Order: sequence, then C-alpha cells, then structure tokens
Amino acid sequence: MPEAAAAAPKKFVLQQYKTEVHVDWCPGCGDFGILSSIQQALYQLQIPPYKIAMISGIGCSGKTPHYIDTYGLHTLHGRALPVATGAKLANNQLTVVAVGGDGDGYGIGAGYFVNSGRRNVDMTYIVFNNGVYGLTKGQASPTLPKGLKTKSMPEASIQEGVNPIALALGAGYTWIGRGYALDVKNLVSLIVQAINHKGTSFLDIFQTCPVYNDLRTKEWYAGEDIGRARIRRLEADSTWDPVVKDPTNIDEMVEKKTRALRASYETQDSLAVGVFYSVDLPTYDEQLALKVPALKEHPLVDLPLYQRDVDPLFAELA
Amino acid sequence: MPTELSRREFSWVLGGPQGGGINASAEIYAKALSRGGLHVFANIEFHSNIMGKHSYYRVTAAPVPVHSHVDEIHMLVALDQESLFGDAPERKHYPSHTGHVHQVARGGGVIYDADLKIDPGQFGRDDINLYPIPYFEVLEEALKEVGKGGQSRKYIVMRNTVALGASIGISGYDEELLFEAIRNEFTGRKADAAEMNVAAVRAAAAYARSHFNAKPERRLTPVPPEQRKHRMLIKGFQAVGIAKLKAGLGMQTYYPISPATDESVYLEQKGPQYQCTVVQCEDEISSINMAIGAVHMGVRAATSTAGPGFALMSEGFGFAAITEAPGPVVFLWQRGGPSTGLPTRTEQADLQFALHPAHGDFPHIVVAPGDIDESFVDSFESFNWADRYQMPVVVLLEKFLASSMFTNDGIDMSKLKIDRGLIYQPQEPDGDGYRRHALTADGISPRAVPGTPGAIFSTTSDEHDPEGHITEGIENRIAMMRKRMAKLETAAREIPASSKFTLHGPRRADLTLVGWGATKGAILDAIGELEADGRTVNFLQIRLMRPFPADAVAGILRGARLTVLIENNYSAQLGALIAEQTGVALDHHVLKYDGRPFSRNEIVEGVRAALSEQKKEVMVSHA
Repeated sequence: MPEAAAAAPKKFVLQQYKTEVHVDWCPGCGDFGILSSIQQALYQLQIPPYKIAMISGIGCSGKTPHYIDTYGLHTLHGRALPVATGAKLANNQLTVVAVGGDGDGYGIGAGYFVNSGRRNVDMTYIVFNNGVYGLTKGQASPTLPKGLKTKSMPEASIQEGVNPIALALGAGYTWIGRGYALDVKNLVSLIVQAINHKGTSFLDIFQTCPVYNDLRTKEWYAGEDIGRARIRRLEADSTWDPVVKDPTNIDEMVEKKTRALRASYETQDSLAVGVFYSVDLPTYDEQLALKVPALKEHPLVDLPLYQRDVDPLFAELA
Repeated sequence: MPTELSRREFSWVLGGPQGGGINASAEIYAKALSRGGLHVFANIEFHSNIMGKHSYYRVTAAPVPVHSHVDEIHMLVALDQESLFGDAPERKHYPSHTGHVHQVARGGGVIYDADLKIDPGQFGRDDINLYPIPYFEVLEEALKEVGKGGQSRKYIVMRNTVALGASIGISGYDEELLFEAIRNEFTGRKADAAEMNVAAVRAAAAYARSHFNAKPERRLTPVPPEQRKHRMLIKGFQAVGIAKLKAGLGMQTYYPISPATDESVYLEQKGPQYQCTVVQCEDEISSINMAIGAVHMGVRAATSTAGPGFALMSEGFGFAAITEAPGPVVFLWQRGGPSTGLPTRTEQADLQFALHPAHGDFPHIVVAPGDIDESFVDSFESFNWADRYQMPVVVLLEKFLASSMFTNDGIDMSKLKIDRGLIYQPQEPDGDGYRRHALTADGISPRAVPGTPGAIFSTTSDEHDPEGHITEGIENRIAMMRKRMAKLETAAREIPASSKFTLHGPRRADLTLVGWGATKGAILDAIGELEADGRTVNFLQIRLMRPFPADAVAGILRGARLTVLIENNYSAQLGALIAEQTGVALDHHVLKYDGRPFSRNEIVEGVRAALSEQKKEVMVSHA
C-alpha cells in the first residue's frame, strides 16, 4: 500500500463520502435515511474514503456502495459477508462495511449470517430490513411476520418471520444493534458505535418500503393507529446495560444475552432499537495474526511474496 | 513384447482394512525404495469410509522411470482375508471386489496372516508362492526384543510392519534402507515407535527367511549406492501446495471435501511460515466469495475443491469474471461423479463442467496439468494469468494425482517469475479520473489496489460502465462484452505454446494418442509396448483447455494417420472439445469410468482392441 503517498491528515468533508451517481430508489424509500446515516457516520469518524470498502449484496440495498465514494464491491445475492470477510482479511487496515437487505441476509445468505457471527472478523454488517423483497416487487421476506399480507402478495404469509436479533445472539455476534431508517440522528450514532466496535458488529435497521410494504409504513412505526410510537429506545430504560464487562464470565454473558433476547421478542406494538448486546472477544483477524505475526504490523496485501524459499518443503520429501 | 520397464518393474500391493495403518507402511516402503535409487510410483485406493472397508496401496518400483501401475502384482501383502478373496462372503448382493489373489503374477508371492488358517487350496493357484506368516506371534516376538512383551494387543496396528518386514525378508531388499525410512518417519517423541517398528521388521524378515525357501520370481534390489540419485517422493497435492506458496499465495479458502482437502490441510501446516493464511469456510459459496473479496483487495487467493463444491461456486465464478477480479484460482480436484458419486475415486469427468462453470458469456482460463512437474508449473502460472488477465482460472486436477506418489528429480523453477499484471498508479492522491473497467484494445484495464488514495473504484456483478457503476445501456453492454472477451484473445496470444499442449514422441507417427491430465503417465509408459506391435506412436497431450489452442491442435490432428483418444470418463469430453474447436473427430475412443485410474495394460489393450476390432469406442475396466 503506498501509504507514504497519502496526503497529510486533513479534514474530510461530508461531500467526499458521496458520489454523483444517480440514486434510483423510489421516492420516500427508507434506504435514503440509511444511506445518509452511513455517509454521516463515516464523515464523523473521519475515515479516509480510500481506506473504506463498502460491500453489498443484491437488491435495492445492494446499490448502496455506488452512492458512497469509497472502494465498493456490489456482489451477489446473499454473499456480501464472505466477500467482506475476504476483503478484510486481505487488508486489515481497511474499514469494511457490508450492507444488504433482509432477504439477502436472513434468507439466501442465512448461512453466512450465522457463520460470520461466530467468526468475528473486525467489520460491520448493516441490514436494511423492510419485510419484503423490493426489487422483485414485494414478495414476503424472511422477516415478514406470519399472517401478514402486503398489497403485492396474493395470500398472507404462512411462515413465521425470523428474529434477526435472536439469531445474531445465537450465532455469536459481538455487537448487536437495531435502528430505524427514519431516525437518522440515532442511526448515525448506532453506525458509529458499530464501526468502532472491534469484531463483527451487526445492525438491523427497520426500513420502510413505501411501494411494496403497505403494512410497515412510516405511520405504522409512528403508531398512529395505537396512539403512541411503536419504536422504543432501549437506553430510555436506565437499567439497560448491554455491555458484557467480563467476557470470561459466562454467567454475565448469558444474562446479557437473555435480556437482549427478551427485548427482541417484545410485541409488534413495541419495537426496541438501540444496542442489544456488546462484548469484547478476540477477532478472527487477531487470531490469524497469532499464526502469521507479520499481520500485526502489516496487512496481508503488503506482505512480501516474491522471495519465498520453498526448498525446505522439497527437502522434507526427499 | 516386453519393454525394459515391464521386464524390470516390481509391483507390490498392501491390502487391508481402512484405518489399519496401510498408508504409513506403504509410504515407508515406498521411501525405502526411492532411497535405494529406484523410481517409484505409488497409488492408493480406498473407500469413503473411516474404519473397516477394504483399501490397498500399490507400490510400483523400477530401476527405470515408471509413472503407472500394471494389472499384475508381483508381491501381495494382505492384512486380512478380504484383501485376498474380496468381500463376497460379507455382502450377499453386489460384492464390491474379488480381492487381489487373482491379480498375482505367475511366480509371484502372497504374504498373509497364518492365523487366518486358510486352506491353500482356497487360493486356487498352484503357480504362486504362499507365505503364511503368524503376524501376532512375530509381533509378540519383536515386542519382547524391545522390552514390551505381552503388549501385542496394544500395538496391534504394527501387524502392518510385520507384514512389511516379511515382504522384505522374502523379496530380499536392503533392510537398512527400510530402517532408515522408519526412523525418518518416527522422530522426536515417536522415536520409541521407530525402534519398535525396526524390531518388528527384523523379526518378520528373519521369520520369513527361516521358514520359506521358495522365492518369488520377480524381486527387487537397490541401485548400487554410487549410482543412486537423491530424489523426492512427492504427491500431487504437495506439488500444488508448494507451487502456490512459491507463487505468493496469500489466502487459501476451502470447505472440506474429498479429494481436495489434503492440499488445504497441507497449506494450513506449511502456509504460516510463508505468511500464507488458510480459512476454512462454511461452504464452497463462501470459499469462492471470500477468495474473490481477497483478490479484489490485491491479495493472491485460491480455493480448492472437488466437483460437488465447484457446483456451488458457479455464481461466484461468474461474479469474479464480470467484475474482472484478478482471480481467484480455483483448484478443481476431480473425483467420480455425478453428485456425490465416488468421493474417493478418480475420474476426468469435470472437463466440460470446468469449461462451462457459470451462466452467461465470460472469459476464464482452464488448465489441466498431467503430472507433478506440470501441476507445479501450471499452478504457479495460473496466479500470473489471473493477475494479468483479471479473470478466474481453473486448474483441473484429479484424485489420482492428488494421492499418488511419484519419485521426482526436482522441479525446474528457474523460469518461474511472479507477474502481477498492470497495476494502476494514481498521478495524484486526490485524483478522480480512475476507471476500473476502462476500455482498452487488449481488454485489460489497469487494476487498482484498494487502500490506494486517488484510485477509488466500485464494481458490481451487474453490467457496468467503465467506472464500475450499473448501466443497462446498449452501447456500453456491447463494448463491455467485447472488452472482457478480448482478454481471452490476449491470453491466447501471450500464453506460450509450451503451456498449451505437448506432442510427445515423433512429429509424424503411425498412431497418435490423444489425452489430457493425469492419464499422461500411463499413456507415456504404454507407448513402448504399443510400439513393440510394430508401429510408431506419438501422444498429443492437451493442457490448456481455454483458451483452446485450436489451430495448432487442428494442424497436428489433420496430419495424423490414425488417432485414439484416451480419457478417464464416459463421454469423451476432450473429444467433444476438440471436435467443437477444430472440427476434427478422433478415430477411436478408449474410455474408462469405473472410478479407477488406467493401468498400463488397460491403455495397451484398449488401444489394441479399438484398432483390431475397428471399434469407435472401447470401454476398459480390468477389475
């Protein structure tokens, strides 16, 4: 990496995190709130744009990297996490943020969602969760609750919706949060925390799809039908403390996970957002560096590869 | 008519239940032969099973080069009854094999456990030598020698060594070479085991010598010490693993699958000292995508798999191609298909799959090395091609090559150089003009390494413009398709002919054999016998399957008098490729799809049958 060629540190302006590419999401899409929050978070963190890799799956959310002026890989449906993992392990000096939809992450990519949790590579995974497959015109996604029928579905869903927070707790994610696309201020703060976390941070975001999900609308989240907001901030409860203080203490870990699990299973009339769980555990990258100590100082991509002497390996076979 | 090889080679088989330690014993034996200056070829056949099923290790050695096995066995060493007569008694329906006694050459020998109390008449052979050895008793004797008397049950796995020792005693090879190989295998904390095994060999050899006078006709002697050459004994997965390290591999991803896993595990052992990382993934979709993430970041990455895993890599393969990723290099170790098929057996039935790994039109490279040296060179060069042409590469290998051992005089690495291709260097750190997929005459756009200031790009699995953003524009689509496919023409132009094919033997011959991959050894070894029939023979070995050297191959085949295609598959997949690319239909096909590698006899007899019976297609399977 031509680190020496990098200009002296300077203040990056918000504009530097935006591209001129036309954003082709539908008017009023919740994705706009998420895009803006990611841009603002990166700006707040002042991470040089060339030190960031945005990696996405397929679907409306998959287009996000095109709108953020950093290195970007818009990959395959459900495969953002493996690509992001490879990218981070190749260059541990990059800030790697994977984004995708709920179908992408909890449906076709479910295996990678689980295994990325247990791997704990130092990166962030953001899921745009709107309950429908938007880009294929509104089929039920894995998070759509059973019995719901959005306007583009011929029949109500007869499958239970998955609980991403519960799944993430079981998978072993070391930072688990949830936000709401239309509360940008809170979302920026959550994304900043997620990126700052060492290990894989997972942020599920309630996102409105005004075209295909006519049930989980802005008005529904605002609770216009029940007379109070459905979104509830976890931290509003003064006893809420999602951070495991002693990662070697299994009791504390289980207690915090149990509480997070309970919060994730509140009724559809009370949807918790905020940090559900956080623990400091060794990352996969750190453990790889135990095997290849040079990785502590240099990213894999900078390690020398031209002068490897393999004669000792041949000698073993003589 | 016998050739020098067929007159002088010695074919030895150790058979026994899986998990019974035959691998270690056979490999120690092979090493003792190699260190005695002999050329060795050893291959193993085993079931997809951990304990109990029949497996056997065949070691073929000769004072002249040997790369293949023959049907005949000069010395059969059986650890159990099944190795002698097969599994018909246990399996009422469809016995899987009939044992090895019927393969023993006239005048050959069979070593077996005297405790099995087999009536010699059961062998049905009065033309072979029987050597019943009481394995348990001899083992007990040996253990007494090293102060471990009464512990035979505990060390029952050493029955292998007893059998091996008896075989040395009977066929008369230098015992010291075997002791050296044993001590070489058991070092450090296992040094005690070395001496126990040495004692077992001594006791067994002594027992055999004192109890049997009849010697088998074919025996083996080491090459005189002053004529011995220092050679390696190397398996295909090791050659590929070392080549990858030499090529600067930074990351290997894999999901466990036979027969590819050995290579990844080897890299897990040897990689870290070369700063190479290995990641075990949750499936092959993850493996290929993780490798793609790494290559886009500028690291050389590879993944190794077999057919079932390659099937899962399909979409990732296309993704790498459309995003012009510099790789990854996918090592496809073929096994018997389709589906789960024959997980531990060999086949060459994934050629057409490797040529068509994903939907859509896209460029990629497929290379199929034929032996240890070619696997090394092709594995190394594949990383250069991936970087230069920014496309995924398949190195097509076989189970047979992965697990077979060959003596090797050393691999010529003098011509191998790492070439990372065109890398974009921004003029200024704030530069904004970089186009990751810039349209160029040869199709190659300089690639940037993420993390570089002034070279920010995005790319996508959607069709995209030169800047890597999505577009469905018509002109752009045409330009991008042409640009990507132009790289394949560039590769075809630049890759040297020596990597594409080899015409072994004379330019013109009465008979031209055509083949690919690891059948090379058996074909080359068979040529001598086929020439003894009174015709000249050459062998066209195809290595680069895509881009295919169509003009050169067409030229050779159009000038050939008589052609016979030899493939380890059902449908003559190379034959189809040659016909598609050149319009030439080969005269005869000799095919084998029983999951086992060709023996030399199968090649010779298959070719003879095709020619004498004027058959378009001959299937061979010498069970």
